[in-house]
Amino acid sequence: MSIMQDGREATMVGRRTDGSTIKRPLSPHLQVYDMLQLTSALSISSRITGAAWGVGLGLLVWWLVAAASGPSAFATVQWFMSSWLGLLGLFGMTGAAWYHTLNGVRHLAWDAGYGYDIPSTYRSGRIVLVGTVVMTLLTWIIASIVWA
Amino acid sequence: MANEYADHTTLRSPLGRVRGLGSAKSGTMHWWHQRVTSALLLPLTLWFALSAALLAGASHAETVAWIARPHNAVLLLATIGLSFHHTAAGMQVILEDYVNQEWLRMGAVLAVKTICSLLALASALAVLRIAI
Repeated sequence: MSIMQDGREATMVGRRTDGSTIKRPLSPHLQVYDMLQLTSALSISSRITGAAWGVGLGLLVWWLVAAASGPSAFATVQWFMSSWLGLLGLFGMTGAAWYHTLNGVRHLAWDAGYGYDIPSTYRSGRIVLVGTVVMTLLTWIIASIVWA
Repeated sequence: MANEYADHTTLRSPLGRVRGLGSAKSGTMHWWHQRVTSALLLPLTLWFALSAALLAGASHAETVAWIARPHNAVLLLATIGLSFHHTAAGMQVILEDYVNQEWLRMGAVLAVKTICSLLALASALAVLRIAI
């Protein structure tokens, strides 16, 4: 067994029947785990969209600080937000935010003890996916009507 | 007398006690805060998403006037505080799960908390400068 790099590895030390130490595998076992199941793909997406939203919060900060500092700084934000890169970023951010929000509701239901059985898990997962598309498009339809 | 043995026995290691790890007390605080902030952020996010969509293409004067309205300013401040709290807590879990080196993990978590706090303060100051 190699030298431990991490104190938490102490909880993963087991012993073979001959008494020699062995490092137990870490869960989830990525080697044997199908990461492309709907359930696991939605799970990791929740983290990715959460982190993406964290980056997107930077846009909120920029928008607010620019609004406070004056028209010229605000014009720069508006120029960026209405550029194709800005619009693409905002659209992706809207999708990530809606996904993280809807999947968050799914997680809160799980925390409260509901929807744990496999069919419910898949059904709620599909609802989250459809909901994300619907809410993202709805948000941008409203924004386009206001903008036009 | 029956519980004398139990009173003086603990399954927690001294290191675990110093770090506040374990199954009770502050051990559940982080998890609970994530849930509470997520529940509070649900209505706030719905409100902000709709407001942001309605502000699409708004001029500087219109945007500032919207932020300056007291109820918008208050809800914005709440959204800012809770969003950055929730983000820092979430990023901490991700870092704790995937960063193996202890010094790097601790440093990254502290850096995330510092950045989130500063960004929250900067946005709060912006809202207050416009609103007051």
